[in-house]
Amino acid sequence: MAITLKRWDRQALGAALLVAPLAIFVAVTFVAPLATMLVRSVYQPAVAEALPETLAALAEWDGGSLPDEETFRIAGAEFVALNERRALGSVATRVNRLESGMRSTLLGTARSLAAETPSASWREAMIAADADWGAIESWLAIRRAGEVITPRYYLNALDLDRGGAGEIVVQPEDRRIYVSLLLRTLAISIAITGICLLLAYPVAWLLAHARPRRAGLLLLLVLVPFWTSLLVRTTSWIVLLQNQGVINDLLVTLGILAEQQRLALIYNMTGTIIAMVHVLLPFMILPLYSIMRAIPERHMQAAASLGASHWQALRRVYWPQSLPGVAAGSLLVFILSIGYYITPALVGGRTGQLISSMIAYHMEQSLNWGLAAALGGILLLLVGTLFFIYDRLVGVDRMRLGG
Amino acid sequence: MSAAASHNHSRLRGWLHRGFCAAVLFFLVAPVLVVIPLSFNAEPYFTFTEGMLRLEADAWSLRWYQNVLGEGRWLPALGKSLLIGSGAALIATTLGTLAAIGLSSPALPGRGAVMALLISPMVTPIIITAAGMSFFYSDLGLGQTYTALILAHAVLGAPFVVISVGASLSGYNHDLNRAAANLGADWWTTLRRVQLPLIAPGVFTGALFAFAASFDEVVVVLFIGGPDQRTIPREMWSGIREQISPEILAVATFLIAFALLLLAAVNWLRQRDYAGAS
Repeated sequence: MAITLKRWDRQALGAALLVAPLAIFVAVTFVAPLATMLVRSVYQPAVAEALPETLAALAEWDGGSLPDEETFRIAGAEFVALNERRALGSVATRVNRLESGMRSTLLGTARSLAAETPSASWREAMIAADADWGAIESWLAIRRAGEVITPRYYLNALDLDRGGAGEIVVQPEDRRIYVSLLLRTLAISIAITGICLLLAYPVAWLLAHARPRRAGLLLLLVLVPFWTSLLVRTTSWIVLLQNQGVINDLLVTLGILAEQQRLALIYNMTGTIIAMVHVLLPFMILPLYSIMRAIPERHMQAAASLGASHWQALRRVYWPQSLPGVAAGSLLVFILSIGYYITPALVGGRTGQLISSMIAYHMEQSLNWGLAAALGGILLLLVGTLFFIYDRLVGVDRMRLGG
Repeated sequence: MSAAASHNHSRLRGWLHRGFCAAVLFFLVAPVLVVIPLSFNAEPYFTFTEGMLRLEADAWSLRWYQNVLGEGRWLPALGKSLLIGSGAALIATTLGTLAAIGLSSPALPGRGAVMALLISPMVTPIIITAAGMSFFYSDLGLGQTYTALILAHAVLGAPFVVISVGASLSGYNHDLNRAAANLGADWWTTLRRVQLPLIAPGVFTGALFAFAASFDEVVVVLFIGGPDQRTIPREMWSGIREQISPEILAVATFLIAFALLLLAAVNWLRQRDYAGAS
């Protein structure tokens, strides 16, 4: 007993030692970057580090009436000092996200205070430089921008914000974009999964029950696009679908469409859906195929000989047995589509974008990294949950590459 | 229903089924292939000109291929893609193969959770991975370096190796290890002389997958690569977004040929696989 236990332990240790290098590598180069992003979604120290004295003074302030003269003086002096170090711009951008107009207020005030240091009241001088300083909202915005740990980005990512007293309020209608985009992403992903299942099921059946030689040839037709570069496939769809592209040209040449009736097949949601179905279809066909291959065809024959019609046999005998493949393929396609970025970015135009494009936009264009990170966090939670379900239902070790 | 009518019925159904499948397979393959003839277009258009359809010789040309092979940006891009891809595939294959061997042992505690962790880079949306990595590597001062890109592509490619070597190992007879031990081989000798040769096809398949994943990866390159790391997908991305030129179709044709080569190699390896008989 003692000997077997020891041997078992040694085997476990050996196995763990083999797995450890990759596990550590994944932890450092993959999990740590994701953790960095999640930290960024709640931890934003930049403003607090830039305006320590102003924020200390504002911490004492009641938030009900304008701050006192002393706070104005501390804040004004700190703005001027920051601007001289050319560091006010990034602070102003961050405050501006909470209260629009504050970027020019801060930069303009810093310039006029530097040109002429107030001899008497800083409060009057600053309000004279920009009337915004007479509004409580401006000071609340600075105080909130100075929070080091903040749920702000998650609130914004869900179209929420905090009111003056810190209560959670819904954003004004023109700023509500993320929840509807998230819902649209989910709806489009469900549609894509459904279309893929519809197209894949008969094909997988054909592959699974054809003679081996022919099945191998047909499988090749599925694998060629699977192996072809994603960017090549996207280029192909642009060539086919664009206004002066192959499909529109064909329809016009055949006289089905007039020259001015050319269809808008790309740079919109239609383009996104067509190209994504094309990219994701093999991920549906392959798991279905591997499950269907194990279903004996004589089950259908047995059902038929017992008097079932073709559809009855299909629905009550074949379909239930193919469900593991349906679940595996659908979950995989759904997981891949909710986070899809490349195809929508290239063929989606303005209206065919999904949630991932928003993350890219805030990473690259608006540079609102906190919001990008929070949107990423929400998407990650969604994908993580689905991956967990996939693991429970299908098992990650059942994943196969290309059949 | 008479037997004859029912027979006709099922024949009709069979034809409908096959017709539907043919349409779906056409939808899968045709878009990939359509760029090949278009890449020989003499005009800078993305559609078949009348001359091409009438098979006039001067409507077809190799000018885009001359541009791709002659002009300065695609060949350097190929070099960069090969450098990053082979570095990433080397790391992914080494670490992935060891991990897959460890995972194949039933003694490993928490096997399922470890497997999920190792596979997770493959299913995480690439935009999230890229965003996280761009924060991470710029914090480390490694932004816009080959090191960062090779490490990033290695971790994205490793799941392919784990899966493909794992599939090879599922048919592996562990009694062979015991037999080797009984004959006096130590653990390392057994791995090197018995186990690895038998699972070699799975290892090479995984390496090809990892290389192909890197060779086609663009989002991470966009987020953490600098002007020095303009790989082929990066050039194609900006080609598609900025000034789409038929040059891209010529590059696409090369990439399709490359994909077919990879597919042939993987099929060849599968037939030689220890577990491949199934």
